[in-house]
Amino acid sequence: MGKLLKLVTEPLNLNNPITVQILGICSALAVTVKMKPAVVMALSVMFVLAFSNAIISLLRNTIPTRIRIIVELVVIATLVIIVDEFLKAYVYDVSKQLSVFVGLIITNCIIMGRLEAFALGNKPIPAFLDGIGNAAGYGIVLIIVSFFRELLGSGTIWDIRVIPQSWYAAGYQNNGLMILPPMALITIGFLIWLQRGIFKSLQGRS
Amino acid sequence: MKINVQSSLYTIIYASVMVILVALGLSITYIKLKPIQQQNILKEKQQSILKSIGLVCDRDQAPELFKKYIKDAFVVNVNGDRIDSVDAFKINIAEEMQKPLKQRLLPVYIAQKDGKTYYIFPVRGKGLWGPIWGYVALEDDLNTIYGVTFDHKGETPGLGAQITKEWFQKQFVGKKIFDENGNFVSIAVVKGGAPDNAPHAVDAISGATITSRGVQNMLKTSLSSYLNFIEKIRNKNSNQ
Repeated sequence: MGKLLKLVTEPLNLNNPITVQILGICSALAVTVKMKPAVVMALSVMFVLAFSNAIISLLRNTIPTRIRIIVELVVIATLVIIVDEFLKAYVYDVSKQLSVFVGLIITNCIIMGRLEAFALGNKPIPAFLDGIGNAAGYGIVLIIVSFFRELLGSGTIWDIRVIPQSWYAAGYQNNGLMILPPMALITIGFLIWLQRGIFKSLQGRS
Repeated sequence: MKINVQSSLYTIIYASVMVILVALGLSITYIKLKPIQQQNILKEKQQSILKSIGLVCDRDQAPELFKKYIKDAFVVNVNGDRIDSVDAFKINIAEEMQKPLKQRLLPVYIAQKDGKTYYIFPVRGKGLWGPIWGYVALEDDLNTIYGVTFDHKGETPGLGAQITKEWFQKQFVGKKIFDENGNFVSIAVVKGGAPDNAPHAVDAISGATITSRGVQNMLKTSLSSYLNFIEKIRNKNSNQ
């Protein structure tokens, strides 16, 4: 039981896919301008990763090795298309903001990475939990980064204005740089720095 | 019997079965969700048309308000002649823009609000990263802008994407698209700021020069294709 729990908790911090394994950076740069799309993105990745992990794990003994990667990609792509269609139907505004990035979940290296490294060699339930854990780790970083980018770049949190109008009257300006991808990279850099500063065991690991 | 998972025959059958199952699953999802998605797109369109005449509403209220305020929707050609065989609402502006000017179908929406008539024209052009589009509502002199609304596919958030913001769109209210001599001048989007009370110019968005210029070009090209129609309506109105 403890082992199963570890599958979920470990990727949140000490084995975080973004800050420790440095995977899935591109989408972390693209969808973290505001919190709402970042959360929807995180949930979408969670759905895709958990279910593709479980499905591949179920099929793991039947998949011919020669077409292994293709089978994995077909499963991922199918799930991504399903997510995309559902977003378009039920959260249309958010799906407009995420636009192509939902489709690009297919190319998120975290997903292929987990399928290859975990799902192919483990039972469906651990694989499912591993997917949840890794997607949560990815999601946490997305939410932290988007929190700072939205606060400093747009003066809002979850589209609600938090920087009072009086500040703007006094000459405060939103930092336009925060909205652009380079600042997302720098924010992630700060996060990695902070994390390694606190958890010494991560230092010196390559 | 033990199946050889690595044999070619097994691989081919495996791949085929998988592809068929996936295709089936996706088709069902697509067919089931298509009506809801189309409804969203339709409502969004109604919502932005309403917004151009100053009616801001939720997407779900849009169909009802649309019915109430939009009295007529039809298609004209570049000569300003009305074409009755096509539904204005179903026109895809992006496709029309690809056609030569003479074959283009141009939708017009006529709104009645507080006893006044407004003419709404769709506009479409290029931003920095992709298409930008919107609606321009003219007052019944067919010269003064009553309201505009813009949207975009993927302009830079915080920069070009500000064309959807109220401060940018509000600037257009009261501007005139014809000069004193009746020549079509459209609206200039001026970098560094338009002079106060300039009748044909608004401020550009700083840091978004190309998107701003895109808005300027979009208004000029899209509205110019309606010039003959505007002329006709004006003649008709002055004869009455």
